[in-house]
Amino acid sequence: MKEKRFSFLRVVCTALTVIMALAWLFPLYWIVATSLTAETATIALPPTFIPIPPDLEAFTYVIQNSPIFRWYFNTVVVALVITAISILVSLMCAYALSILEFKGKGLINVWLLLGFMIPFGAMVIPLFMLMNQLHLVDSYAGIILPQIATPLSVIVFKRFFDQVPKDFRDAAVIDGANEFRVLFNIYIPLNWSIIYAMAIITFIGAWNNFLWPFIISNSTPMLTVPVGMTQVQSAYGVAFAKTSAVAVMASIPTALAYLIFQRRVTQGVVAAAGIK
Amino acid sequence: MKPESNARQEVSARGKRRRLPVAWILVAPFLFFYVAFLIYPSIQVAYLSFTNSDITGTGTFVGLQNYAELIHDADFWASLWHTLYFIILTVVPNTAVGFLLALLVIRLKRLRLPILSAFFLPFVLPVSVVTTGALWLMDTNFGIINYLVGSSISWFQDPNWAMPAVAVGTIWWTVGLNMLLFIAGLQNISPEVYEASSIDGANSFQQFIYITCPLVWPVTSLVLLLQLIAQFKIFDQVYLLTQGGPYNSTMVVLLYMYRQAFQQNRGGYAAAVAVALVVIMLIISAIQFRAMQGRRAK
Repeated sequence: MKEKRFSFLRVVCTALTVIMALAWLFPLYWIVATSLTAETATIALPPTFIPIPPDLEAFTYVIQNSPIFRWYFNTVVVALVITAISILVSLMCAYALSILEFKGKGLINVWLLLGFMIPFGAMVIPLFMLMNQLHLVDSYAGIILPQIATPLSVIVFKRFFDQVPKDFRDAAVIDGANEFRVLFNIYIPLNWSIIYAMAIITFIGAWNNFLWPFIISNSTPMLTVPVGMTQVQSAYGVAFAKTSAVAVMASIPTALAYLIFQRRVTQGVVAAAGIK
Repeated sequence: MKPESNARQEVSARGKRRRLPVAWILVAPFLFFYVAFLIYPSIQVAYLSFTNSDITGTGTFVGLQNYAELIHDADFWASLWHTLYFIILTVVPNTAVGFLLALLVIRLKRLRLPILSAFFLPFVLPVSVVTTGALWLMDTNFGIINYLVGSSISWFQDPNWAMPAVAVGTIWWTVGLNMLLFIAGLQNISPEVYEASSIDGANSFQQFIYITCPLVWPVTSLVLLLQLIAQFKIFDQVYLLTQGGPYNSTMVVLLYMYRQAFQQNRGGYAAAVAVALVVIMLIISAIQFRAMQGRRAK
C-alpha cells in the first residue's frame, strides 16, 4: 500500500515537472507560431494557437527589407574570431601559469581575479574613448578586441592543466620538445573535451553579446544580429509577426549550438562555475 | 650512469635558461588584450571621474567636483534604488526557482535531458530575442498573457508593474543556469550519505532538511553571489524593454551612466557614476561573501 502511494506521488511529481517544462517552452513556441502567422491574424481575438497552414510572409518581408544576412555575416565573423583567439591565448597563458615558474606570476594571478570584480558595463566609457582614438568605432576590430581576454577561460584551463601529471612534460622535455610542443602535443589533446566546451560557450556568449556591440557600432551595416534586430523592431512598430520572425532567425545559431552540443555546454558551464 | 645524469643536467640547465622568456612569450598575447582592454580602462575610468571630459575624452581635471555633484544627484540615488529593487526581485527568487527546478529534474531518468534543456534553452538566446518575446507576450492589448489571465495590465507601461515584469522576464531567461549549477551540486553529494541515513531510519523529508540542504549550501552561496554580481549590472533588458521608463521607474545605474555619457555627452560625470557602482558592488559582494562564509563555517 505504502509502495503504491509512493509511486503515485512520483508520477504526479513527474507530470508536474513536464507541465512546467512545457510552460517554460511556451514563450518560445509562441514566438515561432507568431512568426508563421499572417500579420493581420496576430492581433485577432481569439488568437491563433496553431498556425496551419504556416504563413511565410513575415520571413520573406524581413529578408527582403532588412540587412539581416549582412548582420548574420558580421556576427559569424565576430563570434568565430573572438572564440579562436580567446581560446588560443587563454590556453597559452594557462599553460605558463600552471607549469612554469617565472617572475610576475603572482601578479598575473591577482590581476585575473581582479578582472572578475570589475563589471564590463562600468568600463564602456573609457573603452569607447580608446576605440575612438584608435579609429575603430564601427569596425570588426572594435567589436572583437575587448572581448578576447576572458580571465574565466584562463582559470578553467589552468585548473585542468594542474591535474596533468608532471611526468608527461618532463619526458617530452628530455626528448627535446619545447614548451609549445608540450602544450600543443600533450596538454591540449589531453584536455580536448573542456577546451571544446569552453569554445562553444565563448561562441554563444560572443554571438549573444549586446552591450558592447551596441555601444561600438553605429551604422546599420556594421551591426550584429542581437543589436540589429532591435532596429527592425523600432522601424516596423507594431508588427508582431515580423519582429517574431527576426527573433526566430536571431535565435537559430545559438539554440542549435546548444541543442547539438548540449553535454559540452553543460560541462563547460559547470566547470566555469568551479563546481566540478 | 654518467650520460644519463649529463642529460638531466642539460635539461634542467636549458630549462632554467629558457624558462623566463618562454613563459613570457606564452602569457604575452593574453596579457596584451587583458591590460589594454580591461586593466587600462578600469584605471582610466577612475581618472576620468576626476575630469569634466566629454565622450571623446577631452576635458580638464576638476578634482572631486563630479562626486560632490553625485552625492546631491537625486536621479542617481533613484537609479541606485531601482537597481536594488531589481536585485531584491531577482536574486533570491531566481536562486530559489533554480533550486526547485534542480530538485524536480534530478529525480528524472529518461526524461532528464529533454526537460533539462527545456529549462536551460532560454539562457542561450540573445537578450533581444527574450525582450522581443516579452514585449509580444506581455503586450497590453494583444499579448497572450493578458488574454490567458483575463487581465488588461500594461506590464511595461505601468510604473508599478514595469520592474516586476522585467524581473519575471529575467528569471525566465536565466534560471536555467542556476538549475544546472544546483544539479551539479546535488550530484556531488555521495549516495552513501543517503543510504546510511535511511538505515538509521530517516525519512525523505528529514534527509532533505538535514542532508541535501546543508551539503548543497556551498553551491547555494556561489549561486547567490553570482546572481548578485549579475543583477547589479542590469542594463540590456531594461534598455530594450522600457528604456528606463515609465516615469524613470526602471532607470537603473548603468542606464543612467549610459544616458549621462552618450546622450548628455558627460563622460567624466558618467565615469563617476561607474566608479560609484563598482565600489558599491564590491562592498555588497564582500559583505555577502563574508556572511556566507560565516554561515558555512557554522
